[in-house]
Amino acid sequence: MLSEIFVEPFVLMADIPDLLLQTIWEGFVAGTLYALIALGFVLIFKASGVFNFAQGIMVVFAALTLVGLYANGVPAWLALIITIGVMAILAISIERVVLRPLVGQNEAILLMATIGLSLFVRGVGETLFGGETKTMITSELGLPTGITDWNVFDGRVTFQHIDIAAVVIAVLMVAGLAVFFSKTRIGRALRAVADDHQAALSVGISLHQIWAIVWFASGVVALVTGIMWGARSDVSFALEVIALKALAVLILGGFTSIPGAIVGGLIIGIGEKLFEVYWGGLLGGGTEAWFAYVLALIFLLFRPQGLFGERIIERV
Amino acid sequence: MFYREAGQFKTSYKSDQAIFPILQDRIGLGLIVAIALIGIPFIATDGFLNSIMIPFLILALAAIGLNILTGYCGQLSLGTGAFMGVGAYSCYKLATIFPDVTILVHILLSGFFAAAAGVIFGLPSLRIKGLYLAITTLAAQFFLEWMFVRWGWLFNYNESGAIQNVPQKLFGVQITGAAADPVTRYLVVLSIVVFLTWIASNIIRGRIGRSWMMIRDMDIAAELMGIKPLNAKLSAFAVSSYFCGVAGALMVFFWLGSAEADVFNINLSFQVLFMVIIGGMGSLIGSFMGAAFIFVLPVVIRTIPRVLGLDIGGATVEHVSTMAIGALIVLFLIVEPHGLARLWQIGKEKLRNWPFPYG
Amino acid sequence: MSEELLNVQNVTLRFGGVTAIEDISFDIQKGEIRAIIGPNGAGKTSMLNVINGFYHPQEGTITFRGETRRKMKPYEAAASGIARTFQNVALFKNMSTLDNIMSGRSLKMNRGFISQMFYYGPAREEEIAQRKKVEEIIDFLEIPHIRRQPVGKLPYGLQKRVELGRALALEPDLLLLDEPMAGMNLEEKEDMSRFILDVNQQFGTTIALIEHDMGVVMDLADRVVVLDYGKKIGDGLPAEVQADQAVIDAYLGVPH
Repeated sequence: MLSEIFVEPFVLMADIPDLLLQTIWEGFVAGTLYALIALGFVLIFKASGVFNFAQGIMVVFAALTLVGLYANGVPAWLALIITIGVMAILAISIERVVLRPLVGQNEAILLMATIGLSLFVRGVGETLFGGETKTMITSELGLPTGITDWNVFDGRVTFQHIDIAAVVIAVLMVAGLAVFFSKTRIGRALRAVADDHQAALSVGISLHQIWAIVWFASGVVALVTGIMWGARSDVSFALEVIALKALAVLILGGFTSIPGAIVGGLIIGIGEKLFEVYWGGLLGGGTEAWFAYVLALIFLLFRPQGLFGERIIERV
Repeated sequence: MFYREAGQFKTSYKSDQAIFPILQDRIGLGLIVAIALIGIPFIATDGFLNSIMIPFLILALAAIGLNILTGYCGQLSLGTGAFMGVGAYSCYKLATIFPDVTILVHILLSGFFAAAAGVIFGLPSLRIKGLYLAITTLAAQFFLEWMFVRWGWLFNYNESGAIQNVPQKLFGVQITGAAADPVTRYLVVLSIVVFLTWIASNIIRGRIGRSWMMIRDMDIAAELMGIKPLNAKLSAFAVSSYFCGVAGALMVFFWLGSAEADVFNINLSFQVLFMVIIGGMGSLIGSFMGAAFIFVLPVVIRTIPRVLGLDIGGATVEHVSTMAIGALIVLFLIVEPHGLARLWQIGKEKLRNWPFPYG
Repeated sequence: MSEELLNVQNVTLRFGGVTAIEDISFDIQKGEIRAIIGPNGAGKTSMLNVINGFYHPQEGTITFRGETRRKMKPYEAAASGIARTFQNVALFKNMSTLDNIMSGRSLKMNRGFISQMFYYGPAREEEIAQRKKVEEIIDFLEIPHIRRQPVGKLPYGLQKRVELGRALALEPDLLLLDEPMAGMNLEEKEDMSRFILDVNQQFGTTIALIEHDMGVVMDLADRVVVLDYGKKIGDGLPAEVQADQAVIDAYLGVPH
């Protein structure tokens, strides 16, 4: 028993290194997508203190809108532009209708409001596009679809081109956001808001404008995530539940740290794949359903402030 | 006019501390119980009992469970569905291992297994608060759900992977199984729910309930009043999960008849959470109101097109009702974060002063 | 010579690199009103937090009723007879005045879970016995009219009074009051001063008090300890402290 846990998996790793590499690569790609969803959470949490439970459904909604438009005869490039527009409208309406009236409420109320919001958005998505599973318009958007094999260690590691594209696009997007937030006026305003709402207001920064921009930015992140994820599997509402894993990522990375979201996403993505492949069999498989949350729970017991957070001092 | 406590003086702390110190409230409660116990079994159709009353009562019990944890003790949980599942699966195991013991005992015992699960997954609450805790309860949800699927012993290695209720008689009357009369099942569920609600109200107004509310309102001050956070939080997790567990067991044995692991998924957790929000956090009456609202609303929405003679697909109606509930939750949080229970209280206050605008 | 109730010995408290309290020693005699004064940020509240176990000092010891310790959980402090109020009222906002003060009786109640479940019987008897005590406190503080109101909606002055009531419900040997009169008008301050003196004289409760209003301190306190930047700069009778040059400098500022 002990050897099955502590010895054999590592022997297997050493024996078949290409399987290990393949597993790590799969985990890396999944982790990139978790990180992207977590990034959407972090943007909103930083700027408004809202823990946006609806990020997962926004991913689904964006992908559905894109696919739905294309199915109705809109060319792919135009559908993409319209979808970005839809996400902007969604962002502004959420800011107006949900966020603004709830300013100053405690975090639990805000969390529950976004849970209600995700239910609403799901209802809208189902009503407009139907509940059935759809296929992402990968090649129509000009994304690569082939595979490349890499022969190594007397074996073979397979790379899906779409996965490579996903990683490249994710890196570009994070870099873009980093530049946006560090170099532009709006980025500076955002950081001011994240630090202290009152102080930001007092120097003439419009909270509403910042919130709308942030929701829009996370809407765009959601769209990109939705395209990538949709291309790897399918576009369906089941994605929403998978997207909840980003919450576990946030625990590892901290609610306000963008590097934390990325590192946390990769740890969970790679960790759950390795665990499933090498240890999952002992437990009957399917461990990816809970691995992220249990890891987060154990992690929290030792380091409640996250990987990059500062130690919290309570005051009375 | 009629709803006044004028002339009802309290001469002892005993009468002052009654749950319903006002006479009219006591009469009202008596009436409701009488209608539920005698009126409804006589007039309601089997379909109404099966698809409205029984589920409503069971979900109200689950909502009370979550309300104890979230509304009274301030610990947000997204794992309600899984704790209900623990109750359901342990009740199934108990009923198949000890077929000669009455199912009522199994149901009340199964809550203890859920309570144990609640305590284990409640342990992080000692170090973690708020949103972080809510996320760790997701670990309970997904881990337990996975266990219900993978651990064959739990469902006796059935081909279907589902658990079924076990037909049983009590005093010669069939109470579970397909042959059981809906009225009988309804009365059994009603008795259990009323009894447990009474227990909950007792705990809440005593020392333990007060310690929960102290932790909820200001945990630091609670500690300085001599409350041990460990005891207060874990007892809230235990009692809360007990209620959820019993509700889960009732769900399988008195409502659905059989259930797969998927019944206890995260959507059930959310559904119960919505009942607590809409009903009112920290209110037992609110738990019933919220359960009625969330469970009955989709039924109403489904009925409207049929009454109007419109031909709308079943799926569309389902989607619209999802949308409506989502919108209502947001609306409630904006307009009245204390839920239906607060509206009820405001209504009573108005009635007390009527016909004058102020008291 | 009266008996010593509390003795703080060479306590040092640091947060990371910041030293909040540096090597402070003082004592509190049984039955006295001891004031702790000092400019903002002097470490007064941190001192109270150390005494009732909320912060754990890195060095030094605290002796309370003859028992010496450095670390202690807040609920252990409560059980050993230390109660307190807070600078920014820390009441249970959603609970009524009655329930708030009842909460102070938690330690006196010990009926088990089973009796709580059925309430009628032992749990109710206990509840009613404690309720009588609580009603005495409510009468003492002259707040029977707000008995049923949720405290979150009460005016600030009354909240402070309810908080005092909650602390009194513990029947403490040592009562720590953190700025009990902050933000009050003259009349409210006079009421509060009267309650503090009554508590001290009628119940014989020892009191440690943080206060900024020098008039109040001079009138109420038997002895005063003065802190500045986490260090003790004065200790003695009110009149002595008032005349001390170091204390005057700390308050008025001196050119360095």
